[in-house]
Amino acid sequence: MSLIPSFPDQLEDESIYIMREVAAQFERPALLFSGGKDSITLVRLAQKAFWPARIPFPLLHVDTGHNFPETIEFRDWLVRETGAELIVRYVQDSINKGRVKEETGKYASRNVLQTVTLLDAIEEFKFDACIGGARRDEEKARAKERIFSVRNDFGQWEPKKQRPELFDMLNGIIDVGENVRVFPISNWTELDVWTYIQKENLAIPSIYFSHQRNVIERDGLIWPHSEYLNLQPDEIPFNATVRFRTVGDMTCTAAVTSEAATIESIIVEILAAKISERGARIDDKRSEAAMEQRKKEGYF
Amino acid sequence: MDILRIATAGSVDDGKSTLIGRMLYETSSVTQDKLDAIEQASRRRGIDYPDLSLLTDGLVAEREQGITIDVAHIYFSTPRRKYIVADTPGHFEYTRNMITGASTAQVAIILVDARNGIAEQTRRHYYITQILRIPYLVVCVNKMDLAAYSEDTFTTLCHDFKALAASATYPEQQLTFIPVAALWGENIARKSDAMPWYTGPHLLAYLESIDYTSIAASLPARFPVQQVIRPKSEQYHDFRGFAGRVTAGVLRIGDRVVALPSQQKSVVEAVFAGMNQTDAAVAGQSVVLTLADEIDLSRGGMLVPENDAPQPVKEITAQVCWLDSTPLVPGKTYTLQHGVNRVKSKITEIISRISVETLVAEQGVGELRLNEIGIISLRLAQPVFAESYAANKYNGAFILIDEQTHTTSGVAFVM
Repeated sequence: MSLIPSFPDQLEDESIYIMREVAAQFERPALLFSGGKDSITLVRLAQKAFWPARIPFPLLHVDTGHNFPETIEFRDWLVRETGAELIVRYVQDSINKGRVKEETGKYASRNVLQTVTLLDAIEEFKFDACIGGARRDEEKARAKERIFSVRNDFGQWEPKKQRPELFDMLNGIIDVGENVRVFPISNWTELDVWTYIQKENLAIPSIYFSHQRNVIERDGLIWPHSEYLNLQPDEIPFNATVRFRTVGDMTCTAAVTSEAATIESIIVEILAAKISERGARIDDKRSEAAMEQRKKEGYF
Repeated sequence: MDILRIATAGSVDDGKSTLIGRMLYETSSVTQDKLDAIEQASRRRGIDYPDLSLLTDGLVAEREQGITIDVAHIYFSTPRRKYIVADTPGHFEYTRNMITGASTAQVAIILVDARNGIAEQTRRHYYITQILRIPYLVVCVNKMDLAAYSEDTFTTLCHDFKALAASATYPEQQLTFIPVAALWGENIARKSDAMPWYTGPHLLAYLESIDYTSIAASLPARFPVQQVIRPKSEQYHDFRGFAGRVTAGVLRIGDRVVALPSQQKSVVEAVFAGMNQTDAAVAGQSVVLTLADEIDLSRGGMLVPENDAPQPVKEITAQVCWLDSTPLVPGKTYTLQHGVNRVKSKITEIISRISVETLVAEQGVGELRLNEIGIISLRLAQPVFAESYAANKYNGAFILIDEQTHTTSGVAFVM
């Protein structure tokens, strides 16, 4: 007998409904694609929402340059597989243009910098809606955000001015310059995403599964060793059997020791986990309000 | 796996966030790193126990003030089902956020402070659960520890609340009372030893016992069209499907249907759920339907059974909850959104304002202000196919959108 809960089908119906509202209410939507399991889920939902037509909006990837190579490989495969349109914008270009400055020091990452690249891309393509895979169970500030989250001219979230969302009626009417961030899987939990991936038999990047990797230990977490990590003299890389619970940059995503080699064993592992998913996101640990602060600045 | 949606309400400081924090804690839904973070944050604030309300108060302004401003959505599951909890604010000025959080709830939990009895906000929140017709209402009499776990206190409060409920407009609502001390977990997920006189279930046991089946599927079918799907690919050259979510009833292959507003008739030819073909679409499902004939139907329209169609309405009387700091005034025009359909509308009259303290309808009112409730009449530029909210709540509500600010200014229930 399996102890794995079944996926609640209502969640899929709700998300497909939201996808269709985006396509109908906006002129130039885009789906923000990171290569992680949440955005892979979004792509599946978009396929189902418009089938047998193609996904009617492009995937936008903000490439920090610090991605896991496995993620990029997977992204390109998925685009070929689904026939979706892909737009990539690079944080490196924002750095070269002097729009942002590379962080320095032990904890340097490009996580914060990608907000500027994203906002520039929104302006360049005049996107009026960006679909993202954020979930309310991930983090306290996200738990407060609406499904249609209106951002002002500067891309900022104004938590005190959120529009009421009644029943399933979504109001995406905006002025020129404003845009809306849309979160179709707001009501899903990490477990729901995994049981959906299992049910739909979705392909995911290999780094979600247990593998051998060169890592270091820092602040009680296992960090992937890469050329982008500012290694300290006392940090000696070693090999370990690990996997990743989220896919962010190599500089801000910690690994967990794991032997889980199948979706089912990943689900069993999550059910028993003592540490939350974003507990392995170093970017969230900067302060108690790190996420809200970044959202107010235009982050997803 | 099914889902039960809960909204919590109550006056400020009645302990809603603490109660939810406690439920998360007791169902092992909080991971160690989050508990550690809460313990640290509690200590920084000079509290000597882990303040579980910090699990849900997510905004900086909320933590600074120790109050809830906006709805937080919280998730936990038991082997039986998944729970979605909307933790809504207690402050009067954030009543609109309470309505937002409660609109989709099947269960409302109203907290009452055992020491204070029924407060103005209790009445207001109770009234909102009635307007929204939330099927189950649990009144948790909280802070029983500060009332010496007194049975008398509990009984008096239940009595007072039942007196309030005697005037219910939705008497089918299932009403349950539970004495709790959320801070210490008494009667939250275990029976309290401190209150042996209480023989009912603890809160979680009660929630688990609710056998909720939506009545939506048993109502006449309503299929609002979100989009027309036209692939224009070689394989699906002539495909013309209607994408939408069935709000009520069931549509099967072969059903005779009529398209609104065109009134053209046809027959359901095929039902697609994602990439799969199926025989029927049931309330709640997102599907694509194809019809046997080429008829006029697009976004905002509706497919309904030929023999059970709603009537077009251009003049509507509705109960409205005002959610905007700019008041509602007669003569003003708003964009009315009914499901996914938008039409222009004009407020013709404010018939009355309803005092949620006395439930008395006051006439001759010039405007409805933020958080006020009233009965209004509207005239529409084009007809909509809305029904009375009491008869079909899935086709009986609409929102009013301000034409200048585009904010959602009010929610209304067709009478």
